[in-house]
Amino acid sequence: MSTVTRIPFVDYLVLEPEPHLIAHECTGCGARFFDRRNACAGCFGTEFTSVDIATEGEVRAFSIVTFAAPGVAVPFVAAVVDCDGTSVRANIINCPPDPEHVSLGMRVRLATTVVGTDSAGVEAINYGFEPA
Amino acid sequence: MSRSDDIWILGIHMTKFGKHPDLDVVDLGAQAIMGALADAGVTMRDIGVMAAGNLLGSGGIAQQLQKQVGQTGIPAYNVSNACATGATALRTAIMAVKAGEVDYGLAVGVEKLAGAGLLGSGGKAKSDGDEWTRSGRFGAVAPVDGRIGTESMPGVFAQIGMEYGHRYGGTSFELFARISEKNHGHSTLNPLAAYTKAMPLEQIMNDIMIAYPNTRPMCSANCDGAAAAVVVNGETLRTLTLEQQRRAVKVSASVLTTDPWQEACQVLPDVNTLTRNAARQAYEQAGVGPQDLDLVELHDCFATAELVHYDNLMLCEEGGAVDFFESGAPFRDGRMPVNVSGGLQSKGHPISATGIANIWEVCQHVRGEGGDRQIEGAKVGLAHVIGLGSACGVHILERSSLAA
Repeated sequence: MSTVTRIPFVDYLVLEPEPHLIAHECTGCGARFFDRRNACAGCFGTEFTSVDIATEGEVRAFSIVTFAAPGVAVPFVAAVVDCDGTSVRANIINCPPDPEHVSLGMRVRLATTVVGTDSAGVEAINYGFEPA
Repeated sequence: MSRSDDIWILGIHMTKFGKHPDLDVVDLGAQAIMGALADAGVTMRDIGVMAAGNLLGSGGIAQQLQKQVGQTGIPAYNVSNACATGATALRTAIMAVKAGEVDYGLAVGVEKLAGAGLLGSGGKAKSDGDEWTRSGRFGAVAPVDGRIGTESMPGVFAQIGMEYGHRYGGTSFELFARISEKNHGHSTLNPLAAYTKAMPLEQIMNDIMIAYPNTRPMCSANCDGAAAAVVVNGETLRTLTLEQQRRAVKVSASVLTTDPWQEACQVLPDVNTLTRNAARQAYEQAGVGPQDLDLVELHDCFATAELVHYDNLMLCEEGGAVDFFESGAPFRDGRMPVNVSGGLQSKGHPISATGIANIWEVCQHVRGEGGDRQIEGAKVGLAHVIGLGSACGVHILERSSLAA
């Protein structure tokens, strides 16, 4: 059996040894960014260091989205998760997408899901958060 | 050149919002301009500067409109600031007048949006057979919208309302639906609204769910429409007829802000801080407080958004938006009527027109020309608009005390 190559869905997701998110942290003020910045949006500093984001958190806001772009499975739960002080945007997965099962303040942990496999047999792995 | 600092709206016009299949974007914008010029009692010959906004058209809307209403060679600014485009156009004209470069300015916003469907979602999924390639600021191998949270407007603003509920408590699907019920009720008195039928709460709650807790009638209504305004400085106004002076509306505050850095703003747009900053600056400029306002038109692009802006505009105590609504204050017979036009949910939201149309509504009331929906004795009102990304416009408008 050949080894399946797996790649993270986005640059700020690291799959090994355990899946987790990383961010660029401003060395001046500690602001964290998932994308690259020319300068810090908070203090204008230009030095950043890579930091790991906590893999557990709390749902601070969510919506159950019924209409989305083609190719996106609906309904899905879009959320903002507070991971130990860093806000993360993610879907809530492995949980029925209804207001009886998703609630504000619920504890969640990082989980991964396969987005698809390309023509070279490479699997893209995305992250989400599931009930802890 | 020295001019008095005070700025006035001399004339303003809003077209019927709704479907205009026989009018293109230039027809609609021209209709708004002709209406505003007639209302002001001036012609394009008087206008020294023009600012125009239109997001979904082909570009260069100001020059396209000049060709319909008068080409006089004046400078024109084509502005774009998402849903705050209309307010940005007005603000641009005001800045030119206030700087003393011109005596009269014209601002217009126009949009053809009927039948546009859901905005803010996009991106194609990878088609089968392709190899993953990274693109965008996150190096994503496929569109992140829907796979890492949502970029759809109903979903984003749903979360903004839910976040408020998480912080302060008291929110529910029904509460948000009741806010929408209020605005749909208000629009029954507004003949220019896109929708003018009251909607019972059950109907709102049982309609199609777009992004929980926002059902379809709790979302801003896509429609066609335009609005335009003529502004003038006080010194020039005082040379005009007594009737023009009496009907002019004082722009006591004109403020535009963007979103300052906040920890979570990269994952969920922060529409709160920039609104609060704009409101604070506007109250200071105008020398009035929220308690002095007779009516407010705020950016209820979704029912969930209206709630947070009660708080951001300081119409209530911090954290008190639910109690404020429950008290009946924002209903048209309450102590602080909000969105008596029907708001974006019922009057409609032709994007670039919205930031001038909300000012038109306030002007109608402070001029005492509000017809069936007149808020009796209204003297001071506030108009607020948010463009995601973000930009916030706040204007405070006061009844003229000239020629009284």
